[in-house]
Amino acid sequence: MNRVGEFHVHKNVRKRFVVMINAGDLRTEEMLLNMGPQHPSTHGVFRVVIRTDGEMILETESHIGYLHRCFEKISENVNYMQVVPYTDRMDYLCAMINNLGYAEAVEKLMELEVPERAKYIRIIACELNRIASHLLAFGVYGLDLGAITPFLHAFRDREKILKIFEKLCGQRLNYTYIRVGGVSFDMTEEILQDIQDFLDYFEPDVLDEFNRLLSYNGIFISRTANVGIIPEEMAINYGLTGPSLRGSGVKRDLRKDEPYCIYDRFDFEVPVGDGEQGTVGDCWSRYIVRVKEMYESAQIIRQAMRDIPGGAFIDKKASNKVKPPKGEVYHKVEGARGELGYHVISDGTDVPYRVKARAPSFCNISILDAMASDANMMLADIVAVIGSFDIVMGEVDR
Amino acid sequence: MSLSLSLQSLLFKTNAWLAQAEGTTPAPEGGEGAAPTEGAANAAGDATKEIVEAAPERAFMLNENSTSDESGAPYIESAITYVLNVEQSSWWIAAFSMLLACLGVFGFINVFALFAVWLERKVSAHMQCRLGPMEVGPHGALQTIADGIKLTVKEDIIPKLADRPLFILAPIIVFTGTFIRFVPLPFGPHLNAIDLNLGLFFIASVGSVEVLGVIMAGWASNNKWSLFATIRTATQMVSYEIPIGLTFVAVIVSAGTLSLHGIVEAQEGWFFNWYMFRNPFLAVLFIVFFIATLAECKRAPFDLPEAESELVSGFHTEYSGIRFALFFMAEYAAMYLVSAIAVVLFMGGWYTGIPMIDEIGMNTTSEVTPWLGLFIKAHVLIGKALTLVFLQIWVRWTLPRVRLDQMMYLCWKVLLPVALLCLVGSAFWDLCMGAFSDEKDYFMMIIPK
Repeated sequence: MNRVGEFHVHKNVRKRFVVMINAGDLRTEEMLLNMGPQHPSTHGVFRVVIRTDGEMILETESHIGYLHRCFEKISENVNYMQVVPYTDRMDYLCAMINNLGYAEAVEKLMELEVPERAKYIRIIACELNRIASHLLAFGVYGLDLGAITPFLHAFRDREKILKIFEKLCGQRLNYTYIRVGGVSFDMTEEILQDIQDFLDYFEPDVLDEFNRLLSYNGIFISRTANVGIIPEEMAINYGLTGPSLRGSGVKRDLRKDEPYCIYDRFDFEVPVGDGEQGTVGDCWSRYIVRVKEMYESAQIIRQAMRDIPGGAFIDKKASNKVKPPKGEVYHKVEGARGELGYHVISDGTDVPYRVKARAPSFCNISILDAMASDANMMLADIVAVIGSFDIVMGEVDR
Repeated sequence: MSLSLSLQSLLFKTNAWLAQAEGTTPAPEGGEGAAPTEGAANAAGDATKEIVEAAPERAFMLNENSTSDESGAPYIESAITYVLNVEQSSWWIAAFSMLLACLGVFGFINVFALFAVWLERKVSAHMQCRLGPMEVGPHGALQTIADGIKLTVKEDIIPKLADRPLFILAPIIVFTGTFIRFVPLPFGPHLNAIDLNLGLFFIASVGSVEVLGVIMAGWASNNKWSLFATIRTATQMVSYEIPIGLTFVAVIVSAGTLSLHGIVEAQEGWFFNWYMFRNPFLAVLFIVFFIATLAECKRAPFDLPEAESELVSGFHTEYSGIRFALFFMAEYAAMYLVSAIAVVLFMGGWYTGIPMIDEIGMNTTSEVTPWLGLFIKAHVLIGKALTLVFLQIWVRWTLPRVRLDQMMYLCWKVLLPVALLCLVGSAFWDLCMGAFSDEKDYFMMIIPK
């Protein structure tokens, strides 16, 4: 059977001879591939150990925790206002909504009613930030699939939003803008005009440009449509939220279903994946939901800017002394990546007893191993799938 | 019969080449043969003129008669004979002039790589609302020189577990594999290192050497990502050589010669004589060729071997310094190479497509105009090639990357059948059109004398 069996040579050498002599003995091996934590398309320090058969993926195993910064533990040692900057650093691409979730949770605990103008400013800031976050998601997804230009086009427009935020609160990424009792600075007429100009520039042409450049590009569709399909039931079972869930065709948006702040006053649509290209729940559906959401966010901002009242932008008295009564509260908001929940427990002091955050990215990425294993995916597909969840590792690890 | 005819012409060519190597002039077969190129400095221009004048419309005839363009680098050769003041060129002068020409091509590759890197960065920057390099030189024109200096003085890192000899050899092989394909490539009429009569065949055959180097690089790096890239490269380049080969064959069928020089001269005259426009099948083949060469050059959307978002940096992940620069240079040289081949095969080579301009330097006996004609022709060829290079850059910065299976699908199930059909179609088209327009030549091919 083995023609070199009679030679007493070293095991490895013999192996080599067998390959050379008897092609029938050629065999293939599975390979363990360590993707990350330093890898261009894991969106930070995410690590996936992939068992591959050539280019085909047999099994994946996700590892997280490389960006753990003890948000919850630190929160137990600083006072209520000092927690706000730490929330910025969870989902650093969408810090406004992180601020909002925490501020509203504490306000709920204090039974505090913030000024009307502050509520409108919050909506405008959050939706602008959602656009900025989705722009980045759009651009980075292109980058994952090898299209570099859309990424920089998205950054061009994201930059405009960041400029507005810089004018608004002096920060470009970690704003600490929305605080308990209101917002830290007023949104002046000048800034409102800037936002108006941005929307007039962004909404009609730019989204169309993006669609022409990437969304309906043939290669892009062939790379994303029918790849990484998550059926509706599976998406719900794994606790997917946000665009990742809506991509599977589930019409669930906290802004619509359980309106917080003043979202019930605005008229907007909740886009869901409809299988326009490929199947409902594939990467393309998740992607296009984000593009459509940018348009809806612009609608919300326009309405909020139309209706914004005058008056105070912060309840100074309440924000100077944040000391909620004993109790606990869970408050959830719709972040750019899904349901962002804060569970705050107060023991009556000015330091929270416990703050727990439910991070959408963490839940969304938990489905990866289940869907990637025995799904007939290729190495390039896993990049497309990770990108389609739009995870932020700062939020996964907190 | 046609086989015996071509065999005969091959034999005759060999004799001619041998005779030339010995420094004697072969006797032309037909009555209207071309003049020898050896002699004074301006003889080459005159020879070209005579070839063009004597050449009948059909390429087959041209090939049989053009015995004199079988030399290496005629301009350099005649310059040397002029300087040395010898009557006849000898084999060592021919060899030395070929060597000089190769050095010239080498210099061109270096300069072109510097320019192309800068061009790529500027074009991509302006497509992406950026400025690109701006600091070193006007509009960053010297940036690549600065980068080149930086790469050459960089520490030479070889990973500890790498296969040392292979690791060192690989970039050299990749660069050589690309460089050697420049040998038969013309930069203008008679402006080439060696005008091989099997030019296209040579290019197609030595093209695979580069794959070998890439495989060595990926394997020797001892890095799983590099290995992935290597397998992808091997798959891709070997597959896409087939559509490229078929386009070669189609052009060869039309031109009746494998010499790049002969192919260009078969496209003389108005621009509709270019193979791109001559028949619809060749037009399709031009597109097939362009797509296939994108894959062959590992350019987007077929940049799977160096897909940075999947494979970090592909087969040269572990390379740095001058070895990395060699890979880089080979890549950009290949970009020019395939563009120039496309220009030679389909876009009329050095001809502008307007006979009045092409005739500059052909119909006069003054000393300046032949050189002016040469100058124009060389610039036309390089300009056309640069246009295609720009097209490659444009495509790269616009499209996403295809997946491995899609890449293979495109090659084997789309490009290959299309190329095969077009090859047959083009051959029939030529046959039929030849029968109607120029029956003499057509029947010469199939009816025994």
